[in-house]
Amino acid sequence: MDTAVHHPNDKASGDPLAGLTPAARRALDASHSVWLGPLKLDCGVELTRHRVAYRTYGTLNAERSNAALICHALTMDQFVADSNPVTGKEGWWLSLVGPGRPLDPAKYFVICANVLGGCMGSTGPLDINPKTGGRYNLSFPMVTIRDMVNAQAQLLDHLGIESLFCVVGGSMGGMQVLQWAASYPDRVFAALPIATAARHSAQNIAFHEVGRQAIMADPGWHGGDYGAHGTVPARGLAVARMTAHITYLSESALQRKFGRNLQDRASLGYSFDADFQVESYLHYQGKSFVERFDANAYLYITRAMDYFDLAAEYGGTLATAFRGSRTRFCVMSFTSDWLFPTHENREVVKALNAVAANVSFVEVETDKGHDAFLLDEPEMFRTLDGFLRGAANARGLK
Amino acid sequence: MSPAERGKIRLDLQLIADMIEPGTRVLDVGCGDGALLDWLQREKQVDGRGMELSQAGVNAAVANGLSVIQGDADTDLAHYPDNAFDYVVLSQTLQATHEPRRVLEQMLRVGKHAIVSFPNFAHWQVRARLVFGGRMPETDALPYKWYDTPNIHLCSIDDFRALCADMGVTIEKALTLSRHGRPLPNLPLPLANLLGGQGLFLLRRR
Repeated sequence: MDTAVHHPNDKASGDPLAGLTPAARRALDASHSVWLGPLKLDCGVELTRHRVAYRTYGTLNAERSNAALICHALTMDQFVADSNPVTGKEGWWLSLVGPGRPLDPAKYFVICANVLGGCMGSTGPLDINPKTGGRYNLSFPMVTIRDMVNAQAQLLDHLGIESLFCVVGGSMGGMQVLQWAASYPDRVFAALPIATAARHSAQNIAFHEVGRQAIMADPGWHGGDYGAHGTVPARGLAVARMTAHITYLSESALQRKFGRNLQDRASLGYSFDADFQVESYLHYQGKSFVERFDANAYLYITRAMDYFDLAAEYGGTLATAFRGSRTRFCVMSFTSDWLFPTHENREVVKALNAVAANVSFVEVETDKGHDAFLLDEPEMFRTLDGFLRGAANARGLK
Repeated sequence: MSPAERGKIRLDLQLIADMIEPGTRVLDVGCGDGALLDWLQREKQVDGRGMELSQAGVNAAVANGLSVIQGDADTDLAHYPDNAFDYVVLSQTLQATHEPRRVLEQMLRVGKHAIVSFPNFAHWQVRARLVFGGRMPETDALPYKWYDTPNIHLCSIDDFRALCADMGVTIEKALTLSRHGRPLPNLPLPLANLLGGQGLFLLRRR
């Protein structure tokens, strides 16, 4: 299965890859990719074709029943369990996917795709707009979480996978998991939405808006047309990342990691240089982000999260989204997560209970904040492992 | 739970399990680490769910492959629809709820049957400790100091029967258990109330 798909591009209309940045090009070259479509978007625009860049691990079994889809968070990518061709870092969820891990490729066929609107090989604002011959930039249509999920569903059709064993994801990935369970109940055997919510809160929209405004205020942004101007809104994007990064941590984690410790100096510098370790850490986060992420993609994907409100799609009642669902759910939250706090995760659990769905809910005690789902949290992995084992038994997977 | 422990459950849980028809839908409220649910799923193929207040209990149960949520019987039963389950079990938890009557109502709304067990506060040892010792009772079934107990609504077997009558609930089956959860022979009601360490009831809406 691993090699049975098109690679890497299609020459039907000139060079559709011409717009890609070197980073996106490297990501695409290291992925499988496939042209799919047409895809009707929530905003009303139809993409006649769109490209999905993805990675797989393991082998699809003869019954095609062991596929596990991982939905990535805002700034993650398809390189969930192998070396990232852009950053050179190891996979971002190695603790979940790997030998002896809860999603062991020896047992499961693990799939992770770059989201629609992303900048790591899937179609997004970096691509060439066939109408103009230039990059889409801001002429790229607005995408939603549901559009991302519909694009993934087309990928599964292409791979010949009717029903997924499980869909798992944290944060924005968790939103996609909920959307999957709502839009395609018969294609999802088990769903694990982690540290997420059925709608983006006003506070979270506010933080995203600060990030977007930082990008758009950067003189290098040029109305989104920075490619043509040979610039990058690097400072704005870095500020967006720095703001967002603070929301991924917790106050106690920041205090434990940095406190008020000074960076490379014995006393205060009485200047606006990075005196404190926490400042220098944020500068580093911002800078490294600019090297791997496209500013316009950041605008589009944060907007997709802001627009997410699953209940609104179902007449204002979240439970309606899950009526009649036979999916087994495991919802997980973290005590110190203030971006997607436990009570927002519980809203999902309540809605699932209201339709007597099969749901487990675990709140993991940790001081690591929202990012805990990406970190070494033994309690989380024990729970994930137990839930997946129970579900695998029910599905008859060995 | 180790494999050696599988296949066996506490005697009082076994008596509860005996009241449950195979292949039914069961919600165990206050399910602890899920021992009863685990047994019911394996031995009686029930579609089992659990609710548990303690995070440690929930995590253990979910890690064991059971469907359990963290929740509070007093507030969270309200989130389930009518008739979602065939049986709703509340084992040794009623006395720790804030509104026992409301919890019972909710159980019988959500489930066709309710199974309830609780420590009998009229047990002779409890009476003796209070009457002769002049101290708040501490027994195997009630092993807490008065200032440090989760049990806030203690009742006797007779009290519980009176509540059921008041609520118009049918008692389908009633067992009197020893302090250790062993079934006692059929006793006349006043004797059951004196000698029973625990009461175990199978209830149905009238």
